Amino acid sequence: MVQKLDYLQETPSQTAGPYVHIGLAPGAAGFEIYKHELGWDIAGPNAKGERIRVEGLVIDGTGSPVKDVLLEAWQANSDGNYAHPEGGGDVEEGFRGWGRVITNFETGEWAFETVKPGRTQGRNVGVQAPHINLWIVARGINVGLSTRLYFEDEVEANAADPVLNIIEWERRRATLIAKRSERDGQIVYRFDIKLQGEDETVFFDI
Amino acid sequence: MPKPGELYQRDRERHPPALTRDYKTSVARSPQYSLISLQNSVSEITGPVFGHNDIDPIDNDLILNYAKPGESPIGERIIVHGRVLDENGRPVPNTLVEAWQANAGGRYRHKKDTYLAPIDPNFGGCGRTLTDENGYYFFRTVKPGAYPWRNWVNNWRPAHIHLSIFGTAFAQRLITQCYFEGDPLIDKCPIVKTIPSQEARDSLVAALDMNGSIPLDTIAYKFDIVLRGRRSTLFENRLEGN
Ligand SMILES: [Fe+2]
Repeated sequence: MVQKLDYLQETPSQTAGPYVHIGLAPGAAGFEIYKHELGWDIAGPNAKGERIRVEGLVIDGTGSPVKDVLLEAWQANSDGNYAHPEGGGDVEEGFRGWGRVITNFETGEWAFETVKPGRTQGRNVGVQAPHINLWIVARGINVGLSTRLYFEDEVEANAADPVLNIIEWERRRATLIAKRSERDGQIVYRFDIKLQGEDETVFFDI
Repeated sequence: MPKPGELYQRDRERHPPALTRDYKTSVARSPQYSLISLQNSVSEITGPVFGHNDIDPIDNDLILNYAKPGESPIGERIIVHGRVLDENGRPVPNTLVEAWQANAGGRYRHKKDTYLAPIDPNFGGCGRTLTDENGYYFFRTVKPGAYPWRNWVNNWRPAHIHLSIFGTAFAQRLITQCYFEGDPLIDKCPIVKTIPSQEARDSLVAALDMNGSIPLDTIAYKFDIVLRGRRSTLFENRLEGN
């Protein structure tokens, strides 16, 4: 026998289920209950940097859009600082860097507006390419899925990014790169997430 | 005080796997490739910070937060309370806990829920709160009812409250469900059984807590939540790799 370690064990995850919107986005579930719904404004009014729209679909293994998914985004500001005591530095007043979005119940399309994040400090040395951390929950997803969205136009930074480079299969790295376009004067990044099958998105154990 | 460092590796054997055939919806929604393991960077050890300006004091009282003045929802009045701790046993203060649930008849106030049990005009079914400096949280609500769902033809969810917890790092983000002591449906539920070990399943069952109850008023259940713990950086990490 040995001494007993007295660590606790993490509470196990359970699916968010089909009615996740009631709890986390009640307005979308069809009723008003809170004075402020959280997570609809990621960057706030004072954030510097390029204003962008990010949109996409979450697609299941049959090729169908997932229409009851909820995504959360966590990102740095355009200087590469997270709004957190250990986030690297100051952020603009009103910048939270966190948001939450649900899909259109008919089409499965989701979208949010924010500013493009800057490069962030790497784990120990170097820098990480601009990216948005995403967390995906839905009915049928037993543990929330973590992935990262990178930007197509950051070719050089992406090539040096420590996380992209840890992905052994170069062709899978492409699943994390959002496509840039311009629509009605707005910068739009397209990021479709494939849960399963051909070109399955890379998900991380963070 | 050493600087808080990265999180302890998540024990994936304690969580459900992605593919759980008896929970049918997981089959087409489960990634087939392995997750790629990352050592934490600033992106994972940080997370959103919430404060009392984000919520209202009534938000954790599901008996009052949607009821018409002077009315209240039908059902067994309960308190669900406990602490949010990390794996080191330390309380997690000021963290956002969100809850959602069906009403006492097992019906959600959601446009996609078509179960024949009625909507309760005085019950919204969602709440939220911040833990206090000791990691303590509580909700007042009515006990949710069991409800049928399409999986096998005769599956019923045990009474449960969905809970969403943030912690201090995005890598601690967790959604789970709280069940209630004594419910015979727990052991029959394919969603509960996505969790491989009985001990881990048991950790999702709130205990009847007579001491926490308010005599002649409300009965209590105790539900503690454990988030991933963090290392202390006693020594600087080697600057190898990333
Ligand atoms: Fe539920």
